[in-house]
Order: sequence, then C-alpha cells, then structure tokens
Amino acid sequence: MLPKVTPALLANYANASGGRDEMLDAQGRVKPVWAGFMSHICSLGTDELTKRFARGNQYLRDAGVLYRQYDESVSTEREWPLSHIPVILTEAEWAHIAKGLTQRANLLELVVRDLYGDNQLVADGDLPATLLAQNPAWLRPLVGVKPAARHWLNLLSFEIGRGPDNNWWVISDLIEAPSTAGFALENRMAMTRAFPNHFAEANIHRLAGFFQEFQKTLFAMRSKTDGEIAILSPGQMNQNYAEHAYIARYLGLLLVEGEDLTVQNGRAMVRTVAGPKPVTLLWNRLPGALCDPLELDPDSLLGTPGLLEALRNQNLRMVNMLGSGVLETRALMAFLPKFAPKLLGEPLAMPNIATWWCGQQSARDYVLANRNRMMIGSAFSTLPLMSSPESTAIAPQQTGLPELLNASGAQLVGQEAVTLSTTPTIENGQLVARPLSLRIFMARTTSGWQVMPGGYARVSAGHDAKAFAMQQGGKVADVWVVGEQPVQKPTLLPTAQSLRQTANRALPSRAADNLFWLGRYVERAELNMRLFRAYFARINDGTTDASALLRFLRAGPMDNTAPSKFALRFGDPLTQALRAAAKIGDRFSTDGMMALRDLVAQSDSFSSRITPPEELPREVSILLRQIAGFAGLVHENMYNSDGWRFLSLGMSLERASSMAKTLSHLTAPDAPEGALDLALEIGDSVITHHTRFSIFADPTSVLDLLALDDQNPRSIRYHISRARRHIAELPGHAENHRLTRTARQVLLLETQLATADANSLPPESLTQMTYDIWALADTLTATHLV
Amino acid sequence: MLYDIRLTLTHTYAQPAGNSRHLLRLLPQTLARQTVTVHQITAMPLPDTRHDRFDFFGTAVTALTHSDPHPDMSITMTCRVAMAQPLPWNDRSVSLGNLQTQIRNCKDLSPASPVHFLGPSYRLKPDSDIAAFAQSVTQNITGPETGVAQTIIRLGKALHDEMRFDAKATTVDTTAAQAFAQRSGVCQDFSHIMIVALRSLGIPAGYVSGYLRTLPPPGQPRLVGVDAMHAWVKAWCGKEMGWIEYDPTNATLAGTDHITVGFGRDYADVSPILGHLRSSGAPIAEQTVDVAPID
Repeated sequence: MLPKVTPALLANYANASGGRDEMLDAQGRVKPVWAGFMSHICSLGTDELTKRFARGNQYLRDAGVLYRQYDESVSTEREWPLSHIPVILTEAEWAHIAKGLTQRANLLELVVRDLYGDNQLVADGDLPATLLAQNPAWLRPLVGVKPAARHWLNLLSFEIGRGPDNNWWVISDLIEAPSTAGFALENRMAMTRAFPNHFAEANIHRLAGFFQEFQKTLFAMRSKTDGEIAILSPGQMNQNYAEHAYIARYLGLLLVEGEDLTVQNGRAMVRTVAGPKPVTLLWNRLPGALCDPLELDPDSLLGTPGLLEALRNQNLRMVNMLGSGVLETRALMAFLPKFAPKLLGEPLAMPNIATWWCGQQSARDYVLANRNRMMIGSAFSTLPLMSSPESTAIAPQQTGLPELLNASGAQLVGQEAVTLSTTPTIENGQLVARPLSLRIFMARTTSGWQVMPGGYARVSAGHDAKAFAMQQGGKVADVWVVGEQPVQKPTLLPTAQSLRQTANRALPSRAADNLFWLGRYVERAELNMRLFRAYFARINDGTTDASALLRFLRAGPMDNTAPSKFALRFGDPLTQALRAAAKIGDRFSTDGMMALRDLVAQSDSFSSRITPPEELPREVSILLRQIAGFAGLVHENMYNSDGWRFLSLGMSLERASSMAKTLSHLTAPDAPEGALDLALEIGDSVITHHTRFSIFADPTSVLDLLALDDQNPRSIRYHISRARRHIAELPGHAENHRLTRTARQVLLLETQLATADANSLPPESLTQMTYDIWALADTLTATHLV
Repeated sequence: MLYDIRLTLTHTYAQPAGNSRHLLRLLPQTLARQTVTVHQITAMPLPDTRHDRFDFFGTAVTALTHSDPHPDMSITMTCRVAMAQPLPWNDRSVSLGNLQTQIRNCKDLSPASPVHFLGPSYRLKPDSDIAAFAQSVTQNITGPETGVAQTIIRLGKALHDEMRFDAKATTVDTTAAQAFAQRSGVCQDFSHIMIVALRSLGIPAGYVSGYLRTLPPPGQPRLVGVDAMHAWVKAWCGKEMGWIEYDPTNATLAGTDHITVGFGRDYADVSPILGHLRSSGAPIAEQTVDVAPID
C-alpha cells in the first residue's frame, strides 16, 4: 500500500529526515525545484499512484531489466529496485557539479598519462613509488604504451555525495568499465511511463542527447577505417550484462566477449560467421587485468590473448584505455588534492572524500588521533570504504591499531566517514528519508567533456551509507535536472554513419552458435513433448506399460527413459534454450525471451508437481501450443538476418534429424502394431494422412508423408530443403559455382530425399540419414560457428 | 668465458591445435658482464606471425602465432654469449634499517628499482612458515649494523641445506609454501621460497631465469639443474651495492656459469613459454638444454 502524499505526510517526513535533505530546505519547506513533482503526486490518489508505480515496474520487467543477486554459490535474477521518487536538482546546482567533475576528469587524464609515461609524480616525490609498484591495477605491460585514441579516458563516472556542509564530495572515481549509464536510461524510461503527464510539462533535461553525442564521438574515434565498434563484456553471468546488451542495442554497437575476438597480425578481429572482421574500437567493460591472459592475469578466461599487442601497435582504440583502472586506487584519493595545483595550477573544485595513506608517519599519526571518525582498509582497493564496510581491515577502536599501522601502513588508508544528505523514498507505505549518492556520467566528445544531465542515484536501505548496494536492499532512483525554461528535445533521427554501421553488421560466430543451439534445443523439447503426450494418451486409452507398443516406444524413441522422468527430457532442453538465449541478450527480442521464460516456468511446474495421468496429455498440449507460439515468433517476427538463419537452421536440422531417427524405429518391420499411428501422431500429421491416403497407415504412406513430402512442415525433406536455402544465403556461399562443403552435404541429402522411393526406404537408410544430418550440423559449425 | 647455448622445446598435442599464440622468454639478454653476440629463435611449423620486443623488466619476448591446426610444435633457441668475471666480492651492503629507509625514500620506478620486488606478487604470497624459517636462520648473525648481503647469503645457504633437490617432487604450478612444507623441489621452488623468505625480512628479492653451464670445468662437480632452464634469486643490498644474485639450488653466488635470460617478481614474469591455443588438454612438453663452453 502506498500513502496518499499529503501535506501532513510531508510534515511527518520533515520531522523524520533530521539532517540535510534534498527535498526540504533547512527550514523544512519543500524546495521550489521539487514543488511541481510533489504537488503532482499529491494530486494523485493512493490507487492511482500504485497503478503508476506498477506501470513503471512493468516497463522494467518487459525490458528485461533485472539485477543478479549472488547468494553463496547461486545467482538469481531479481526485480530491479526502482525508487519511484526521483532526486531533483536545479540547473545551477548541476552546472556546479559538472564544473567540478570536468576539472577532475582533466586532472585524472594528466595523472594516468604520467603513471604510464614519465612517472614525474613519483620522481618529484609527490606520489610514493610503492603505491604503483605494489598495485595490482598498475599494469606493467602498458608502461610506455601510447593510446591510439590519444586520450586514456573517454568515458567516466563518479559517485558523489552531499556532506553536512552542503558541499558535494567525490566518493569514488569509476574509471574502469564505468557501468550503469544504460540503467540510468532504463530508469528514465520507467519514470516516463509512470508520470507521462508530468514529463510533458516539467522542464526535465533529457538524457538521449548525451548518448547521441557519445555515439558520434565513438564513430569519429573509430578512425577512417571500416572496423567494427564493439562493447567487450564479461558475459551473461556478470551482474551488468543486461545493461551491456541494452547499451549495445541502443547505440548500435557490436556486443562481444573475449572469446569472440582474436588478434591477427597485431590487429584485433571479431570472429564472425563470415570470417574474421577487424575491430578498431573497443568499449571495454572487463576489469583491465582480465583482458589478456598471456600478458596480464593468466587465470583469466574472459580475455583475448594478444589484445595488448593490438594496443601496443596502436591498431585498437580502447575506451577507456586499458590500465586506466589504476586511477580507482583508494590511496590515490589522498594525493589527488595535491596533484591539482601542480598539474592544473588550481585547487580541486570539488573535494574528494578525505583520505590518508598510512605509509607516511604524519598520516599515521593523524589517523590514530582521529580514529573515531575513520574507517581503515586496504590502500589498493577500488571501493569507497563508507559503502563497503566489509572491506575495512580493522575497527578503528580496536587495540593493536598502532602496531598494525606501523607494520603495514603502506598497505592501508584511513578514510573519513561522511554523513550524506537524504532524499525521499517509499518504504512499507511510508515516505522516508534515506541517504543517497549520485552517480554521474561524463563522456569526452568532440567539444570536450559532457556531463549527462541527470542520471542515477543510489538510495540506501538504512539510515547510513552502508546499505547502498542492491544486494543489501538499496534502491536506485532517477535523477532529474529541472530548468526554468522548456528544455530542448534531442532528435532521434539516425545519422548516415549509424545507418551504414547497422547495415554492415557482422554476426559474431559465438552469437550465431547460440542462436543455432537455441533453435535445436527448442525443437528437441518439442519432439520430446510429443513423445510424452503420445505415451500417456495410450496409457489413458487403457494400453498397459507392459504392452508391446509402449515397451517398443520406451526402448526406441524414448531412449529407455522412465516415463515418469520423461518431463525432464523437455524441461532440460528448454532450460538450455533459455541459457543460450540469455547469452545473446543484444540479438534476441524481449518478446522471444519472455515466451521462453514462460515455457521454462510452465515445464518446471510440470515436473515439480503431481499431475493425474489423465491430465498429462492435455497439459502437454498447452505447452505444445506455447512452443508453437515461439516458433511463430521466430518465423513471423524476426528480421531475416544471418542470425535468424542460424536459429531457423538449428530448428530445421534438429527436426529433420529427430524425425529421421523416430521413423527409423517406428517404420521398422519388427515394430508392433500401432507404431505407424504413433509416428503420424508424433509427426502431427494424422489429419493430413487421412485426407491424402486411406484411413489405415502403412509404412509407405507414413514415409511418404513424414520423410519425403516437400509440403509437410513435419517432414525431413521439407526441413532439409529449407536448410539448403538458408545455407545458400550464408556468407561465403555465393561467390562462384563451386559448392562449399556445407552446401554439398545439404544438397546431397536433399537429392537423396527427392529421389527416394517411399517403398524402399529401410530403417538403416533412415538411421544413416540421421548421422548425415548430424555431420552436416558439424560442418556448418566448423565453417561458421567457431 | 664464451658459451654456445642451445635449447629445444617440443610440445605435442593430444589433437591438432590451431589458432595458437605463444610468448617465449628464452633469449639471454646483454647485461653488464654478459654479451650476446649471435642469437636465433626458430619454430616449426613456421609461425604465421612473429614479433620480438622487450617486456617491462627488459626480458626479450618473442610472440608467435599459428593459425592452422598442427599436431606438435618445436622451438629452438641458439645463441653465443660472452661472460665476464664478476668483480671481486666487496660487501658494501647496508643494514636492514638503512635498507628500509632507502626503500621508503625511493623515487624510482625503473625496472631495476627495488620497489617492484617487495610485497606479494602473482605467484608468491607471504607464508608464515617460510617467514619463521627466515627469522630463525638469520637472527644470530643479524645485528643492527650487519649488512644485508650476509643475511642473504646465510639464508640462501640455510635454505639449500634444509631442502632436498628432487626433480619429481613438484610441478611448475607448485606454490612456495607447498614446496617448503615438503622440503623438496627444483630450482624454481628453491628460488620461490628464498624470495618469499627475503621479502618477509623486508629485503627486495626477484626471480632470475636463465641457463647454467652444462659440463663443469675439470675437477669440479657438475652443478644441479643443467638439463633444463635454471632459476636463481636476485636480492637488493642498498643503493651502493645494488643487486646481488644467489643460486640457492647450488648454494653459490651467480658467477660466470649463470647466464641470465630475464628478471621478474616470480616465475610468472619470466615463464619460458606461455601459450594459448584451441586444443583439448595440456600439451606434452619436452625440453633439452645444452650450454657448452668454447675454448
């Protein structure tokens, strides 16, 4: 239940908020910039507000925005915790923040250039050498390397918070793989759904323009070559994968993982179904040390061997340049305030959270003297101490602190905990004040650093800043920068360049492989559903388990699986199908994903409850209709790209091979009575058979209809012909008269089926055909998918 | 001394391997008393691409790629190296206290700087048993004014006496802690343990990979570790004396018989061959080394 937001409720909130608040001024009055939104939601009743919030949540669910919760060994997907109350700031405040962070971005660029270049900061004694030499984020192989993109930093984000003195403080610098810009966009979409009227009239700065500028910059940075621009993601097990997929789709970039890339002649290439294609710009979302197992962390399974060679040769531009993650080192916060006057000639415009590196005697003394307001942790960690209390090394009050500081001070920093300002959010039907931090995104564009006007706020689940993490119940809120004047709406027309990029899109082999297997698994599930249904339909007709027909069915087509366990034979392939689809989040429609999720949920519930046998056929029929819906989605709704071709090929080759296998059993001379009817039922061709042949099935009519017919979407021939047409369209197949191996194999199969006689198609040739279709799938895989 | 060095590395794969990339660190470098005159690295099958460079610590690295599947690969390194006699021993090392002060004030990040060789590194984590051993064997001799060179040599000798050389006892992945617990291993283990021990005392220590003269001069015993690449330790004695090199496997300072390929924080920085390929399972690897003096 949500409260109706009333003046009384706001008064309650004022009493509870206590310290500095974003919505209320020091006198407890709603700040003018908040007034419009608050009066808007005050005007909506509780029911209406509930509906609005639900609409926002529905958008996020439909868009597949969720987060991964990691509990011990399992990770589960959870609903995205959107706080439906935005954080609202004035243009003036925003300009102030932008100015401070732009200065910081310029400073960081100079610092990282020095850390991998002349090391003047160390030589002058401004930075202790050991902070680099002992720092795992300082990547030695990149020392002396010049980034091809000229700059080390092109996209940054900062976590900032407002302290009791009303000033904003930088809590952390997020350099390596700055994430969640895509989520900021998704939050905004959800909020637009929830409050469409308010968006139309309030002067809220739009986010799209920022992304367009950044996209333009990426295309400009790619240099004049035709290489791909790709996002390098750790893959679908990473908590931010959904965002990687979203931003790839949104900006029209290729989404790749380390194994998609290879380095040839010092150039980074992406393996595609049409062979390797050059990549000239990589937007990296991997921790730097994992990017190249040969030169960096040898245990990394996520990187690309040789990637550093491409960087050294200046053949690859990287956003941000590999190695710049060293700037996230916690201890650097202690030195940046001193670097600013030296490198920029001016002090830091926005301070960072006060930090002391305990490798120096004076800092150790200070930390000890002020231990009550200090948090103490590793000097090399990249997380701010105040939002990751688990990373503290020792409780400051504990005895033994002086000894620890003396013995291993060089490994430790002290950071002052800051009380952060609060913002309203709804908890258990109450409007409550919770600490917040802002995440701000900046991109280097052709006209300098641009700050995204708005973004992403993290709202704590408790009274202090320790519960920001979603894992601990923290929420996220949209950030609105509200102006006095109507804001400009960016146009969303594609540029000529972006159109060209999308048209030439290469399909990475791994993505194609996942699509191919998605098709195969779905089809495998379908056949097994049909076998299962047929089995229990016979049981319900009074046929016993021990009958010749059912024994034959179990021993042959059902691979000796106990009928009670057979539901797993379609549950497992569906789970595999979902897994394959999840790995290609940027290429598979959210509708398709939802259809698959429903299927898996249905089939899971099927195997986890006890259903009376007489209900089983009917229930499986429901699943079969759903799976038919999925196939319809594939063939009716998907653009006929190479990706679709591989999905369809997977479905056709699986259906053709499993039909050949099923027929080899059911048309055998020793098959018991009823086997041919069973074949027609499994092949969904009972009615067709009745209209085309006499009422009684004989081996010739069944084989004619299910193996050789070119018009029956259940027959082997139909799918081999479809596969032949798909293969002819694949890259590398239309160059000259010579057939590729794949094309030859599929043509041989088609010819064999076209010239076969249903009177003389023995089980052995059907078995051989099964093997031939599998061999065709192997050739296809070897040619295009590895 | 003049040496002709020849190394062959053969990798045999369970199934033909394609799309491979290897980094080799096999070639001796030219140093103050070590001059490489002729050198050659060849690979069979012939690589599709080859690229030579130096890594951060100055080691020569050869990067090879092979696209087509191949059942095996062999690498041959041949070179001629001239070794000069070390200067007569002259202990100018500083005390541990002074060493610490020098390290704290160090403003140098060049590859030879001691700051790289202090804390934990990729393969070497602190170990309390090794630290206790280091303490116990050095405490009697370590007065506040003792130069660290004495400590280093004492520790290396004590470690040599404590450990048993056993070519079968460990693998390339054995940790220093494991090897020390079983008190046996090969040159890599001896060196790793000594580095952990020195770092526990606050003395910067690094890993040296190289070759060892195969046949001893007349009348002298054959040294251990001649059949493969060898490893020893370098340790820092302060600004004036710099680095000294000690071979704990043979309980000796490195002399004209020790030919250096590269320096690193541990084995991971100087692995002779690192590879990545499309294949199933690890290759069967064979290595032969011949270090022949030319008279």
